[in-house]
Amino acid sequence: MTDKTVALDERAHGGLLKNNLREYGMLLSLFAIMVFFEIVTNGTLLRPLNLTNLVLQNSYIVIMALGMLLVIVTGHIDLSVGSVAGFIGALAAVMIVRYELPFVPAALICLAVGGLIGAAQGYWVAYFRIPSFIVTLAGMLVFKGLSLALLGGQSVGPFPVMFQRLSSGFIPELFPGVGVLYPTSILLGALVALALVYVNFKTRARQQQHGLDVEPQGVFILKNALLCGVLLYFTYLIASHRGLPNVLIIMAALIALYSFVTGRTTIGRQIYAVGGNEKAAKLSGIMTERLTFLTFVNMGVLAALAGLVFAARLNTATPKAGLGFELDVIAACFIGGASAYGGVGRVGGAVIGALIMGVMNNGMSIMGIGIDYQQVIKGLVLLGAVCLDVYNKRR
Amino acid sequence: MDAILEMRGISKSFTGVKALNDVNLFVRPGEIHALVGENGAGKSTLMKVLSGVYPHGSYEGDIVYEGEERRFRTLNDSEALGIIIIHQELALIPLMSIAENIFLANPPSRFGIIDRTEVHRRSKELLAKVGLDEAPDTLITNIGVGKQQLVEIAKALSKKVRLLILDEPTASLNERDSQALLDLLVEFRRQGISSILISHKLNEISRVADRITVLRDGRTIGMLDTHEEPVEEDRIIRMMVDRDLEHRYPEHTPKIGETILTVEDWSVYHPIHTDRQVIRNVNFHVKRGEIVGVAGLMGAGRTEFAMSLFGHSYGRRISGRVTLEGQEIDVSTVTRAIDAGLAYVTEDRKQLGLLLEEDIRKNITLANLDDVSNRSVLDDIRELTVASDYRKRMRIRSADVYQEAGKLSGGNQQKVVLSKWLFTDPKVLILDEPTRGIDVGAKYEIYAIINELADSGRGVIVISSEMPELLGICDRICVMDHGMFVGEFAAAEATQEKIMRSIMRKGGLQ
Repeated sequence: MTDKTVALDERAHGGLLKNNLREYGMLLSLFAIMVFFEIVTNGTLLRPLNLTNLVLQNSYIVIMALGMLLVIVTGHIDLSVGSVAGFIGALAAVMIVRYELPFVPAALICLAVGGLIGAAQGYWVAYFRIPSFIVTLAGMLVFKGLSLALLGGQSVGPFPVMFQRLSSGFIPELFPGVGVLYPTSILLGALVALALVYVNFKTRARQQQHGLDVEPQGVFILKNALLCGVLLYFTYLIASHRGLPNVLIIMAALIALYSFVTGRTTIGRQIYAVGGNEKAAKLSGIMTERLTFLTFVNMGVLAALAGLVFAARLNTATPKAGLGFELDVIAACFIGGASAYGGVGRVGGAVIGALIMGVMNNGMSIMGIGIDYQQVIKGLVLLGAVCLDVYNKRR
Repeated sequence: MDAILEMRGISKSFTGVKALNDVNLFVRPGEIHALVGENGAGKSTLMKVLSGVYPHGSYEGDIVYEGEERRFRTLNDSEALGIIIIHQELALIPLMSIAENIFLANPPSRFGIIDRTEVHRRSKELLAKVGLDEAPDTLITNIGVGKQQLVEIAKALSKKVRLLILDEPTASLNERDSQALLDLLVEFRRQGISSILISHKLNEISRVADRITVLRDGRTIGMLDTHEEPVEEDRIIRMMVDRDLEHRYPEHTPKIGETILTVEDWSVYHPIHTDRQVIRNVNFHVKRGEIVGVAGLMGAGRTEFAMSLFGHSYGRRISGRVTLEGQEIDVSTVTRAIDAGLAYVTEDRKQLGLLLEEDIRKNITLANLDDVSNRSVLDDIRELTVASDYRKRMRIRSADVYQEAGKLSGGNQQKVVLSKWLFTDPKVLILDEPTRGIDVGAKYEIYAIINELADSGRGVIVISSEMPELLGICDRICVMDHGMFVGEFAAAEATQEKIMRSIMRKGGLQ
């Protein structure tokens, strides 16, 4: 009897480890890539200024990757996000710069329009079963054209300071004059680290209480210590430039929200079910069409947000804004372990995927590698990452 | 030459697990040789060894075919010598024509250009041989599964087949198509073509097979010759499962109560051809604790009836009244049907029933996530408790509830699907072909579960194409044909003949 229980536990343990190995593997690759570029760029990569830039440069990709992950998990794709982001940037510029609408209502209108665009595309995909590839390819052309029309082929800018802060602003310093560092930012980073550790401990305690398998204590403590250490170190690095950027706060909040929704809620579970086996999900009482529709609406809103962030960063809306973003976003999801057949993929993975792409872009630019070979290398990394994933799965 | 094929002492392991252990198989020229065994007994593995899917060197033992030792390295090697295997999942391309499919790999051609007239002429010849009356340029997608099976055989004939291997060829065929297929094998036997027939349907085997080899747990248990002695089905089953199955169906005394579900004047039209009435104003009822069987040929409308009832999942222009426990219920969406207390276990587990890549736990809770969550936030501990509970109760054989559903055997997958629906606490369950593709031992367990469900005061509807099964487990059997109920029998008075007769007497009494 006891023998049998032990055997079962071991097997369960194997499963636990195997599941997490994939996530850890990706984190390790990100870490390895960062170490690599840190060395070949002679330490430029992790300089506070560059790290801040890295965040600003990739924020809009990460934001869109969150929405794209859901779209991909339901078994679809959205090629229009770059154009939509560009179009929303143009819309914001026209409203704010030309018609002098205040920032808040303009931003809200933009997000709503993004949602409507997502709804318009999702409607055809979900209810008319037109392949998302085609619908969003059409959307890509439509919105690329519309942003040209809206801007009359010219760049519109600059934006008021308030709007620029969305992307290039930093959180206000509550304790000025303490020193060179930004204590508010460090405090915030420390609080987040503490909160994460607290949640982890609570989850573990609850699982232990119900006799579930948990990681060995040593591994658990080491993991949390590492998490805290890395988080605090990066906060320290960024804080020693100008503090935490506003957009980093937005990003972190969204990542937390989407991780929670996909991992812990019924709607998240249902989205994975739709991607895993749509017919079975439907016969289990899941509103598959509505969920697919909603993932597109969500994607539209996030693309709009990304469009605002990007316009704010450039401080101008150009007809070329958003060009090719969809490729980076989709690549981030696939590098992060999402399956092109749907049903598989995690928010954490997509974020790490986006960061891998971002670090590579940034690192290669610092090294002075031309845009030509950068693309070649990024393409190969995408292919390699997915091949590795498929290989691991087969084994 | 005594044997066309001798497989001697075949052993094959997968990472330490012995799938085949010293298996012997002897096939004579011009005989139908049945290969039987439970799922996982090693039948498919053995056939893969024979056909070269597992190349020489990856197994132990010898293959002697037509008097010479053979070392097949690929499927092409064995096909070149006339060993053709037809798999359970047909390998036809739906949007190509019959002729194109028959000559897919090596079409008759001149200088690389396909000779269309020759393809057409030879296809016609082959189709005539297998008795399929369809134009060669008909698309595969436009013909039924039975005819597709015949196309596969025509394809095999085009390759000068000497030894035909059929893996569960009649699993998805109706009575008539199965009969035609078996007749064809008999005809081949007359022409000197040998066949190896893998099947779960013992009545078919005892009808056509000359000899029967039984496998169990990767070993040859024995070989029976139907010409030397009459072979009873029970004897084969005993050899397959190594346990005396006195009764293939568990003992059960029904406790039937008042009527729980009533369907009145139910009418359904075809989803595409909207003027075709698929279900024609039928009336139906189930009582508490009652197991009602729905018999009928393929295409009689049984699945269509069940699916239209379950959230209008099939058909259009659906009308009629559904009453559950005296209250009229709305079944216009799956969610509403589930909420009202209906559950439907689909006939196709893999396509319609399971999330194959997700674990047992997530599959079990899928249809009732509300009961394992607080305000839409999942309670992982409760979910785990629920899933582990069902795993124990239904005796799902797996390491734990984190095992992927796709990696379970057919019987265990079906138990997962049943668990999913039990967790919604239904009042009436509709089970569509609940034991299809499941081995004998697991079938017995499923029957026991069905009995338990009925005894707990639920109404159970079982749709099945296997009449002995319906006769074995149901309290009442309704016969459907052409979208109508054409006969109804109490269990005690039902026989296969009576059921068949009521189908033949089409449009008879309701």
